[in-house]
Amino acid sequence: MKFLQKKFDQLKPLFEKGGKFEKFYPIYEGHRTIFFAPDIITGKKGAQIKDATDLKRLMMTVIIAMIPCLIFGMWNVGHQHFIATGVEATLLDKFWIGILKVVPIIAVSYGVGLLTEFTFCVIYQRPVEEGFLVTGMLIPLVMPATIPLWQVAMATVFAVVIGKEVFGGTGMNILNVALTARVFLYFAYPSQISGDVWTYLGDKTPVDGFSGATILAYGAEAAANNTNMMELAAGHWYSGMFDFWNMFMGIIPGSIGETSVLMCLIGAIVLIATGVGSWKIMLSVVLGTLAMGGLFNLTGGNSFMEMPAHYHLVIGGLAFGAVFMATDPVSAAHTETGKWIYGFLIGVITVLIRVINPAYPEGIMLAILFMNVFAPLIDFYVVEANKKRRLKRATV
Amino acid sequence: MEAINIAIKAIFIDNMIFAYFLGMCSFLAVSKKVKTAFGLGMAVIFVLTITVPINWLIQEKVLKEGALAWIGTDFATIDLTFLQFIIFIAVIAAMVQLVEMIIEKFSPSLYGSLGIFLPLIAVNCSILGSSLFMVQRDYTIVEATAFGFGSGTGFFLAIIALAAIRERLKYSHVPDGLKGLGITMLITGLMGLAFKSFIGVAL
Repeated sequence: MKFLQKKFDQLKPLFEKGGKFEKFYPIYEGHRTIFFAPDIITGKKGAQIKDATDLKRLMMTVIIAMIPCLIFGMWNVGHQHFIATGVEATLLDKFWIGILKVVPIIAVSYGVGLLTEFTFCVIYQRPVEEGFLVTGMLIPLVMPATIPLWQVAMATVFAVVIGKEVFGGTGMNILNVALTARVFLYFAYPSQISGDVWTYLGDKTPVDGFSGATILAYGAEAAANNTNMMELAAGHWYSGMFDFWNMFMGIIPGSIGETSVLMCLIGAIVLIATGVGSWKIMLSVVLGTLAMGGLFNLTGGNSFMEMPAHYHLVIGGLAFGAVFMATDPVSAAHTETGKWIYGFLIGVITVLIRVINPAYPEGIMLAILFMNVFAPLIDFYVVEANKKRRLKRATV
Repeated sequence: MEAINIAIKAIFIDNMIFAYFLGMCSFLAVSKKVKTAFGLGMAVIFVLTITVPINWLIQEKVLKEGALAWIGTDFATIDLTFLQFIIFIAVIAAMVQLVEMIIEKFSPSLYGSLGIFLPLIAVNCSILGSSLFMVQRDYTIVEATAFGFGSGTGFFLAIIALAAIRERLKYSHVPDGLKGLGITMLITGLMGLAFKSFIGVAL
């Protein structure tokens, strides 16, 4: 630490006003504050904020919460690879394949994203904000392991520039940045991010009868042909793949980090315990999903609608979305009542898109984006209602 | 049931703004404040719900080929469809006048803040567009009413959502070159992405 401090202090004159690299001060400051508290303190008079938890530490907490998902995801990429190719492998082998596939995606996402972010900070001469630390980790976790790296780079640039920088940077965006990246790829290059892309095969040939379909794909197929979804899933080439507990543990094909509900729950506990994520949003997403799923159970219609409502919680990326995406404090509703409405509607719309929209098998991503658009409106009316209530109380 | 489907479809799937890009001018111009946007959205719902069925009647009873047969057999061969645009616009303009008078009477402040955009609803593309879609798609009168209401509600939802977002943007540091309409166009595009969630639903 001493050494680092010395090094930073040495470099400081170069970046200060009049220094050689005056223009790049935001980059210097951005790196320095990763390790040390900022120099600037509030004046002697007036309010004093005594708390080490600045934006950077907050973002770090979220990253720590995502680590279980990431590690499990790496293992699962390897695991899916070996069962698809029918090879027995050790734990280490599985991790190795996972690391080979996942680390480059993370590197590209961080490299490209931070470069974009730094460029904008230098142009506009404002301090580097840390929003991208989380976004850069979220983007790889919601991608399939087979995604081409150039697509990751392009989506990252799009999301950072159009989703965030044009609004003025971290904390000013309206849509979740990581989801903007994913939705961009989803509509621009659908064949690399939907269908049979979830299992990494490499140059190996898969075993006989292999199919990379997820349970959501089975659901969509069953709804379209009016067949029985559960039978389709039970007839999967790898028996027991879509048991409830297997899906809960997350040993199924899917995006890198989204499959395991258990790991998402660990993340949720970290976020709730540190007060970073809103438990109201997480709970209300679950409630909304159960409510809409239950309603479909009552009406019936096809076997996807009759699927028990709690299955919706463990399939696809719902858990990951509810814990890490919907709770994004910038794009979610800001008011407390608003959070309940916001989360509940996310759950409802997710199930709606999954079950009745044949175009998209998974709905959580679009549901969160849709509610991101309406979050300011929910807030507006919650505040208005509050004003009205207080006015009434005042006049009595 | 069919009518409800058509209404839902017009609100979410074939949204006037995000699927057809109709009515953009007032959508972009009157979305600075939620209250004003709410007023304009309501006016659009009202005008659409009334003009689409009226235009349906006119189309079926006057304009369509053979529509005048109810007057007498001599008129059975007359085809007045070439008058469609002008008559539809006239109906819309009359309705907008009505709305204008109502708003001026009951909410002068809203009347003031809507300003020129209230009379301009008369030439709002989404309103004429709805009437023309109604003709093209051969709706019945119930369906036409539902369609008018749905289109209006879709516009209403879009404009108040945009207005709320723009109110929140007051605290953002949008680059100078993008302030105002520039960023609004970008937001509209991003909202369009979100609204794509329902495209493909078969009702």
